[in-house]
Amino acid sequence: MSAPTVWIPRDAAALAAGADDVVDALIALAAQRGLPLNLVRNGSRGLLWLEPLLEVATPAGRVAFGPVQVADIPGLVDAGLLDESTALDGLSDALVAHPSRLGLIEALPYFAKQQRITFARVGLTDPLSLDDYAAHRGWTGLDKALAMAPTAVVGDVLESGLRGRGGAAFPAGIKWKTVAAAQAPRKAVVCNADEGDSGTFSDRMLMEGDPYCLIEGMAIAAVAVGATYGVIYIRSEYPHAEATLREAVARATAAGHIGAALRGKGPAFRLDVRRGAGSYVCGEETALLESLEGRRGVVRAKPPLPAIEGLFGWPTVINNVITLASVPRILADGAHAYHAFGAGRSRGTLPFQLAGNIRHGGLVEAPFGVTLRELLFDFGGGSLSGRAIKAVQMGGPLGAYVPQSQWDVPIDYEAYAAVGATVGHGGIVVHDDGANLAGLARYAFEFCALESCGKCTPCRIGSTRGVEVVERLVAAPVSLKGAQEELLRDLCDTMVSGSLCAMGGMTPFPVLSALDHYPEDFGLPRRAAAGEP
Amino acid sequence: MPRGSAPRAPQGPAATAPERELLTQALALHLPDVPAEVPGGSASALLPVLHHLQDALGFVPQPLVPEIAAALSLSRAEVHGVITYYHHFRSAPAGRHVVQICQAEACRANGAEALMAHASARLACAPGATRADGAVTLEPVYCLGLCATGPAAMVDDKLRARVSAATVDDWASRFEGTT
Repeated sequence: MSAPTVWIPRDAAALAAGADDVVDALIALAAQRGLPLNLVRNGSRGLLWLEPLLEVATPAGRVAFGPVQVADIPGLVDAGLLDESTALDGLSDALVAHPSRLGLIEALPYFAKQQRITFARVGLTDPLSLDDYAAHRGWTGLDKALAMAPTAVVGDVLESGLRGRGGAAFPAGIKWKTVAAAQAPRKAVVCNADEGDSGTFSDRMLMEGDPYCLIEGMAIAAVAVGATYGVIYIRSEYPHAEATLREAVARATAAGHIGAALRGKGPAFRLDVRRGAGSYVCGEETALLESLEGRRGVVRAKPPLPAIEGLFGWPTVINNVITLASVPRILADGAHAYHAFGAGRSRGTLPFQLAGNIRHGGLVEAPFGVTLRELLFDFGGGSLSGRAIKAVQMGGPLGAYVPQSQWDVPIDYEAYAAVGATVGHGGIVVHDDGANLAGLARYAFEFCALESCGKCTPCRIGSTRGVEVVERLVAAPVSLKGAQEELLRDLCDTMVSGSLCAMGGMTPFPVLSALDHYPEDFGLPRRAAAGEP
Repeated sequence: MPRGSAPRAPQGPAATAPERELLTQALALHLPDVPAEVPGGSASALLPVLHHLQDALGFVPQPLVPEIAAALSLSRAEVHGVITYYHHFRSAPAGRHVVQICQAEACRANGAEALMAHASARLACAPGATRADGAVTLEPVYCLGLCATGPAAMVDDKLRARVSAATVDDWASRFEGTT
């Protein structure tokens, strides 16, 4: 008798919703009843409001149930969840009628409307199974890269139009080309997995759900630029992702995919996993390198660029998790297949993350060109509270608040820059009409003061002065607000123009957007602007 | 910057034998990871060594600072600077229970500020502090990557989504039962 395969995610968002308790209950009940259990701990499909999401194999495909709680387990097992007939004939009537049944996972509109490229395997496979990885087109891109001239690999990444997904959107191929051209005895590939932006979790989901994809992407980068050493710098707030990565690196090394010879035939590539220590600014690439070298995460002045002098002074490719994880498919399917998606100069897909006060929060991978309105309503289903959405912060703590008048702008880097907004790492934080944007502007400065590395004055001093000016502006009588507003704008101008990195240079973006689009929250008169709510 | 300065006698209490043993273990584990040809590269083992110590002890004992510095060819100031720069490292033990509540934007959008105020009152512990009886440490944290199902928290290394005031009350009762 063969039991149907059952999947329950090991993703941290599923664990936070109680997935381990559900698994324990299922194992205990199966043992008690003497039923064989064929359980896989997969990554998350990204429909996070439905976690813990359980899937079971049927002849028609994988059927999802969710959210499943411990109390649901006896009922599901009684209804035949673990019976051979589920695998052979499909769901029993009782399972069909179960209140947590959602239907075929891949037919659910939230999932079906996405374009899963980078996240194609996440949720589908057992993240740590090398067999599963190979069976789902794993290593195809690396094998192709190993058969090509390194310059051709760089050429493919250039042609794909892939830009840095960490937020800066710098063309990955140009970075790689610079490192490839640098003459040095040793070079490095560093993965920036310091995903500190609130509202973002795509790096975490990828690392927990498809770690070999990131490893393969880094190996391809190493082949392209001639690097023999790689490091993944992962934040300490992600213990589950770190454990998964360490295990994946150990297994991939032991199996000979990386290590002494890539895929047993290519050059050597050693890969280490290193843990950060709770410093937001270490997501900035030069601060990250300082941290890896054993120092405080203080930003370096550029030049030299890390591509010329990076880790230990070696020419270094430093890219975000999603950037590197997008590379295997680019190599496997060709640059043009990836380039075919997107809008303007923003090619391919972006894994958007719906967060904050949103009914259907989760991960939505879609081509550039999708609008915020589609993401908020077609996918997100509006606010969690059921109240009107007032403001949406896109691109993390350094991203602007996007007012309703801009929700129909197709999302691409240039189109967003043109309206003063940022795409960043694709995090979308929703606030309902209970939000006070002056309070959020104050918080932006507060966070900057907390996390500033202290190297440059505009950021170190400006952040604290910013908290004070926002407080004074809010408290000032109407007649005196003008002077405070002028002071605030002047401070923002200094920070934007004078800071060494994005921490100080972009903290004014949420502040100024709050001031421009929600002046009434500061007690200022609303300006006349077409299309504003 | 001066490197490799000789360790001076620590001003506080000396490191205990088990602490020294742990440091020896950490160095043996992490120093070989440093690429041999990097001048001054041993410093890059600093964060892994500090993590090793804190994972085992819950904090980095101050008396070990000169010894860490000597082993990695760093000054005491450099090691102290790193320990105090990074929010993650502790120089003193935390409470028996550690409650971290996310205060970043996505969780604020779902009431994380009010939740922190409630937790502070219910647990009788100021944010960022350890209660006098050592039972609880309450800390703000800036993003656990659970932004779609906030407010999020981590309690004694266990993640929780959609934390409510009632969840906090449950923790408080549980902590009282175990202290």
